[in-house]
Amino acid sequence: MSVRRLADASVQPKEFSFTPDNLAWAKKQLEKYPEGRQASAVIPLLWRAQEQHGGWVSEAAIHYVADFLGMPHIRVLEVATFYTQFQLQPVGRAAHVQVCGTTPCMLRGSEAIRKVCQERIHREPFHVSADGKFSWEEVECLGACVNAPMVLIVNDTYEDLTPETFEKVLDSFDRGVPLKPGPQIDRQFSAPVGGATTLTDPEIYATSPKGGTPLTDARAKTPGAAANVREAAVPQPPVGDATGKKQ
Amino acid sequence: MLADKDRIFKNLYGLHDWGLKGARARGAWDGTKAILEKGRDGIINEMKASGLRGRGGAGFPTGLKWSFMPKQSDGRPSYLVVNADESEPGTCKDREILRHDPHLLIEGCLIAGFAMGAVAAYIYVRGEFIRERERLQAAIDQAYEAKLIGKNNVNGYDFDIYVHHGAGAYICGEETALLESLEGKKGMPRLKPPFPANVGLYGCPTTVNNVESIAVAPDIMRRGGAWFAGIGRPNNTGTKLFCISGHVNKPCNVEEAMGIPFPELIDRHCGGIRGGWDNLLAIIPGGSSVPLIPASQCGDDLYMDFDTLRNLKSGLGTAAVIVMDKSTDIIRAIARISYFYKHESCGQCTPCREGTGWMWRVISRMAEGRAHKREIDQLLEVTTQVEGHTICALGDAAAWPIQGLIRHFRGEIERRIDQYAANPHSEPVMEAAE
Repeated sequence: MSVRRLADASVQPKEFSFTPDNLAWAKKQLEKYPEGRQASAVIPLLWRAQEQHGGWVSEAAIHYVADFLGMPHIRVLEVATFYTQFQLQPVGRAAHVQVCGTTPCMLRGSEAIRKVCQERIHREPFHVSADGKFSWEEVECLGACVNAPMVLIVNDTYEDLTPETFEKVLDSFDRGVPLKPGPQIDRQFSAPVGGATTLTDPEIYATSPKGGTPLTDARAKTPGAAANVREAAVPQPPVGDATGKKQ
Repeated sequence: MLADKDRIFKNLYGLHDWGLKGARARGAWDGTKAILEKGRDGIINEMKASGLRGRGGAGFPTGLKWSFMPKQSDGRPSYLVVNADESEPGTCKDREILRHDPHLLIEGCLIAGFAMGAVAAYIYVRGEFIRERERLQAAIDQAYEAKLIGKNNVNGYDFDIYVHHGAGAYICGEETALLESLEGKKGMPRLKPPFPANVGLYGCPTTVNNVESIAVAPDIMRRGGAWFAGIGRPNNTGTKLFCISGHVNKPCNVEEAMGIPFPELIDRHCGGIRGGWDNLLAIIPGGSSVPLIPASQCGDDLYMDFDTLRNLKSGLGTAAVIVMDKSTDIIRAIARISYFYKHESCGQCTPCREGTGWMWRVISRMAEGRAHKREIDQLLEVTTQVEGHTICALGDAAAWPIQGLIRHFRGEIERRIDQYAANPHSEPVMEAAE
């Protein structure tokens, strides 16, 4: 367990309410859940409140969401303090950096990434840097282990990092023009470096498992090409009849 | 090696269109109506015949699980809940399905939902998968637009699919904790029984399945259970997404046959162990929860499947293979896993809440060597006190990695304690220059 408390009263804003757009969105969320079960929406709503309020959840936002969903304040407070993606204190303006530090990332060098954060942002996690732009924390496994080490910044993951490329990513957030997310080396998502060892057979993308172009319900009923069309001068492989032929 | 034509996830690496058009070209949503016309029993029997075992870690037969759902509703609706709260360290397979092959999952939800008589599916995506859930939602919108799901759809079974998300809690991957979280509470596991198939989401019959288990269902139904059962080894059938991380030359995700020998998996897809096979120290074969296996047991007879690994007192888990070479400080690596469980314990059961912290503190001292040798046995005993004495399996998962470490690397821990005892200084002792 980790102990998580709300931020000091001196930084808590007095009021919070959704913008009209977010309010409409929140009302739409309630439609997902059965009658009387609107409490289910508490995590998505708190998440949206966090996005609206500069990346952290204030006490006012917790009360607002509780009132919106008709829940006791304590139930929403429980949720906000239980789930670790809710930031309970102000974070950096430009970016809050979440460094994955669990064993698979640690084996590939996440400690060096953390060190960059300590030197560049703040020695301690959850502290905003001197210029107010950055903050960082070490989080548990973010689920991109074959692309380790990696970080999550706002909504995007930056993978296959080295201290140097991570500095470049931070620089790009400093400038306000973030780099392209994903692997920061020449690599296709989670495929092995240098190219995939599987799914290289072009046949599987031309045909369905049974052969021929995929047979949808609708196409099964449409008439095929006339015989004289199929018997054209150029011989065709059997799968490549006039419908849906791939060049 | 598994032939490309036998692979289910044809867009694993995101090289092709993830959308409906691309998915259809790869064979998704093909004859779904005909599959549903086989009826509930027909689908469940085919799933049983395929031998598919749940891909979330426990390996429970999926067809059997579906058959537990009530055949006749007692007035309560039934739900399908898909567990996309992928947080097991080492595991990153569901992420690829969500962002690159979402239509396989959506079609699987419809088929599974029909087979268990569910009215709706909730897909619970972990909070950190932000882009992934946006992608999944976009794919669901496409499916609604094409009338493949929803009211009066072309497949003839009214079914809704909703995306829900968490906000960073490993424990929500446990099925009853996930249901609690989905109901808007803290993710604290429930006592079983009653099992979710009787009293689940909102007190209604519910089945919780892993993303991969659901996403392979359409292909099993299209190609037949016998096709799936023909891949792999007896009782461990089918294809499986492996995530190989750590000290290999090319870490990657790959879909392979169940029961592929470990050396073949590494040499064929990952470019071998970093520094060669002699440099291998140990592997964790199934995500951080399972005990490690030392290099001496990683030979050609190490088949990557549920039964072989269980016989080695480990487990396949989610098939997330974490490879460690000889440069690894194995005690620190396991201590980091202990910290993970300390951080993620929900705090409901005392043995886990207190035990995970205690185990982490002791093993951290052992990583420095700052311990007594008798404490090794003490630690082992505490792990057995935590294991099996908690509501959910997180207590077990916290205990097993430490048990594996002590089982295979006790000598290493003792050596470090000796080293520290011989030189108990935080800084190296200065030697006089001669």
